[in-house]
Amino acid sequence: MDVLSAPYVLEYTYQRSTGPVIGRFLTALRDGRLEGVRTTTGRVLMPPLEYDPATGEATGEPVPLPPDGVVTTWAWVATPRPGHPLDRPFAWALIRIDGADTAMLHAVDAGAADAMRTGMRVTARWRAERTGSILDLACFVPVAGEAP
Amino acid sequence: MRDVAIIAFAQLPAVRRDTEREEVELVQPVVTAALAQAGLDRRDVGFTISGSCDYLLGRPFSFVAALDAVAPWPPIAESHVEMDGAWALYEAWARLQCGDVDTALIYAYGKSSLGELPDVLVQQLDPYYLAPLGADAISLAALQARALLDSGRADERRLAAVAARSRRAAAANPCAQRRSRREVDELLAEPYLVAPLRKHDCPPISDGACAVVLAAGDVARRLVPRPAWIRGIDHRIEPHQLGHRDLTRSPSTAEAAARAGAGPDAAPFDLVELHAPFSHQELILRDALGLPTDDGTADGIDDGDGGDGPAINPSGGALAANPMMVAGLTRLGEAAARLMAGDGRRALAHATSGPCLQQNLVCVLETDGGAP
Repeated sequence: MDVLSAPYVLEYTYQRSTGPVIGRFLTALRDGRLEGVRTTTGRVLMPPLEYDPATGEATGEPVPLPPDGVVTTWAWVATPRPGHPLDRPFAWALIRIDGADTAMLHAVDAGAADAMRTGMRVTARWRAERTGSILDLACFVPVAGEAP
Repeated sequence: MRDVAIIAFAQLPAVRRDTEREEVELVQPVVTAALAQAGLDRRDVGFTISGSCDYLLGRPFSFVAALDAVAPWPPIAESHVEMDGAWALYEAWARLQCGDVDTALIYAYGKSSLGELPDVLVQQLDPYYLAPLGADAISLAALQARALLDSGRADERRLAAVAARSRRAAAANPCAQRRSRREVDELLAEPYLVAPLRKHDCPPISDGACAVVLAAGDVARRLVPRPAWIRGIDHRIEPHQLGHRDLTRSPSTAEAAARAGAGPDAAPFDLVELHAPFSHQELILRDALGLPTDDGTADGIDDGDGGDGPAINPSGGALAANPMMVAGLTRLGEAAARLMAGDGRRALAHATSGPCLQQNLVCVLETDGGAP
């Protein structure tokens, strides 16, 4: 029996406001800076959220952060998918930026899996042309001298 | 609280790709079979609810088309959740607590094969921090697996043992998709998919559907000889951002279990159905539920091979068949079906949703009167 099929592309082409906290974070990325946010209990959320998941309170002032941090867990992608941030083998990592109490997801361009380990230090590699997106961070890279 | 029981469960055999049937054609046979088991006509159902996901089907309001399978004319009372069918069952249970209707039909369906599932699942993520990165479900689960390995509470051999146990159990389940037996050493010789996860640590892509019938009090007793009573049911959620959570623990599962009557002091269970799409997640869930993570048998993974703990995932679980939006409700249905068949008196069933066990539902099921 012949199975008939037809292509179907589903798209939602909305324009969304990013709001005061995420919008400020994305603006900082466009300027080549990382910025977290402080909660009412004094913790620094990175990436920043409008509300503290632990209390439901609105978060407060932005906290400038350095482009460096520590890998808290990682996974190795030997065969990147088309939608991935790098087109060569790379690591996903949760990265706790120095001065933050939470970790953010991004890619680490480490070359090979044996260059990765939990606890290693990494630093941001910025894209030259930035638009106000998480992809303004091209990826993170291992800090020299940090190879295991 | 009103006594409410699962009185029927039907499912389709899960397949990698069902090219010949539309969603409504997946739903119709399971609804028909579940109602027949319960001895109910479609007209007798007090409340109908489904769980499905438009993103899988690429069609807005796709659940409306599936309604033809339940004969919505003359008009019926109907609802839908854009979630796994286990959450539809929760809404139906709450609806029956109102007392004005006595029966409910729950169905779930998912054709995971229609699009590129990893790309489709990215759409469930935060649109600013996660989705633009293309962070697929297997990659996120691999981050969680590494965190668990780093904690020292598991190693890759134990992950493979979970997968091997799932396949052994699935061999006896005609609705499971991944049913070939594989030994632990054989599995560990396989290459990584996204390290530290291998293919066997990840669920198959599955198309499928299932249906459950609930009934309250005397209606349940009249319709079936051994209803599987819902003694407790609860669900809890955690923050979405993975870096805001301890990925090696599942406090939402522990909290839901405590509120469902499956806390640390609960009576033992005869069988447990856990919705753990990834092998390491079963270990995290066992830990959160206070189930033994090492039962003293050779591989430390209980499958009724002489260990002391309850039988874990006698169906094979989500590693053996994982139709999206269906696999959670299937855990509740599988557990209830075994109790209704007299295979145990008390069961725990669990369902999950979202990346890395973000949201969890726990249900305690019991039959009256013990052994058949």
